Amino acid sequence: MAETTEVAGHAAEAHGPMHQFEIKRLVPLEFMGYDITFTNASLMMILALVFISLFLYFAMSRRALVPGRIQSTAEMLYEYVADMVRGSVGKEGMKYFPWIFTIFIFILTLNMFGMVPGSFTVTSHIIVTFALAAMVWITVTLIGFAKHGLGYLKLFIPSGVPWWLMPVIVPIEIISYLIRPISHSVRLFANMMAGHTMLKVFAGFVVGLGSLGGIASLGGIAPIAFLIAFTGLEFLVAFLQALIFTVLTCIYLNDALHMHH
Amino acid sequence: MRAVTALGKAYWRAALAGTAMLAAGTSTALAEGGLPQLKTEDFSPQLFWLVVTFLLLFWVMSKIALPRIGEVIEERKDRIQRDLAAAERLKGETEKALSAYEKALSDARGNASSIARQTRDTLNAEVDKERKAVEDQLAKKLADAEASIGATKDKALASVKDIAGDTVTAIVGALSNVSATKDEIDRALAASGGNK
Repeated sequence: MAETTEVAGHAAEAHGPMHQFEIKRLVPLEFMGYDITFTNASLMMILALVFISLFLYFAMSRRALVPGRIQSTAEMLYEYVADMVRGSVGKEGMKYFPWIFTIFIFILTLNMFGMVPGSFTVTSHIIVTFALAAMVWITVTLIGFAKHGLGYLKLFIPSGVPWWLMPVIVPIEIISYLIRPISHSVRLFANMMAGHTMLKVFAGFVVGLGSLGGIASLGGIAPIAFLIAFTGLEFLVAFLQALIFTVLTCIYLNDALHMHH
Repeated sequence: MRAVTALGKAYWRAALAGTAMLAAGTSTALAEGGLPQLKTEDFSPQLFWLVVTFLLLFWVMSKIALPRIGEVIEERKDRIQRDLAAAERLKGETEKALSAYEKALSDARGNASSIARQTRDTLNAEVDKERKAVEDQLAKKLADAEASIGATKDKALASVKDIAGDTVTAIVGALSNVSATKDEIDRALAASGGNK
């Protein structure tokens, strides 16, 4: 028993599963009294910005009629998001295509960068995902009111519902609208955090079992196999959560533009 | 058997270690003031850099990257459309040329047969003319021959009359010593030979 606690204590000291989510302050900065320190999160965001810009720049630098590999990838991303917008919002939604594309590519890149061992997952922080979700919520709400005026409030009155159900339905609709940014942001944040924590815990098992010595060290093989499979799954989740965040943005935008209720 | 129990024991230890690690991690996190994600003093730098990077990325995407990709895709669509239209046009032209060729061919066939018919007709006419000329000539020659035969016959017949007259004069002179004049003999001959 003493051995166990020793292993656990050692692991937690340097590599606790929550350790990877720590914000590291790299360059302390201050702007008009606000703390704008350059952190590891800032670094990852800047890297994502640079990577996406350079990738798309080099992908399209040849402007080939018959695209090469990276140009095909860039065009595929473009068509993928464009089809998504056209499909769920319609032609009108293409006005907001650059915004939705930016959301998708930014979250996707941050999620994928988070899969690099030793890096930092920006989207595993609720404040970041909440800020993104709040931006979406405020934007579509403004679009809704700009387009329909006060008529946008009819969104809370579903058609085909008997009048006596209204006192129940309308508050539910209002609440579900108000908690959109929370569900929108927690989904992404929780998925990224849970996946990375799981990976870390199982990596800890591998180290723990491996350091037992003798035949028992072989016990570390099973968690390694699981770790490999789970890493593949995490890549899928990283893509899927970026997609889901974007699809939900499209759905909210569609509500604001067309009020299909 | 020993190995199996050792492995089982190892897993039991590992599970304990993992749980302990999770607990320890969470507890240290809590001891330091909760999950790293809930440290409010880290919110403002994250929000600041999120806003800066997102706005920059949005600017780059909407002003540079996406229009370029859209342009290239649009250009390709146009090009394909143009090529398809050109192919369609060329196909139409080919069909037109083909029908023109077929028409020329059938015209030439018609011409050829009409020329052949004409040639045959002219040849036939010429042959007919030649034949007619030859036949006419033959007929003329025949008529001439007949005429000369007739004349010869007449002459011969006349000579026969003269010979008959002379013979009659000679016989009459020898038999009766009457000399008959030529006129008388001719009349007598005409009277006897006229019904012959």
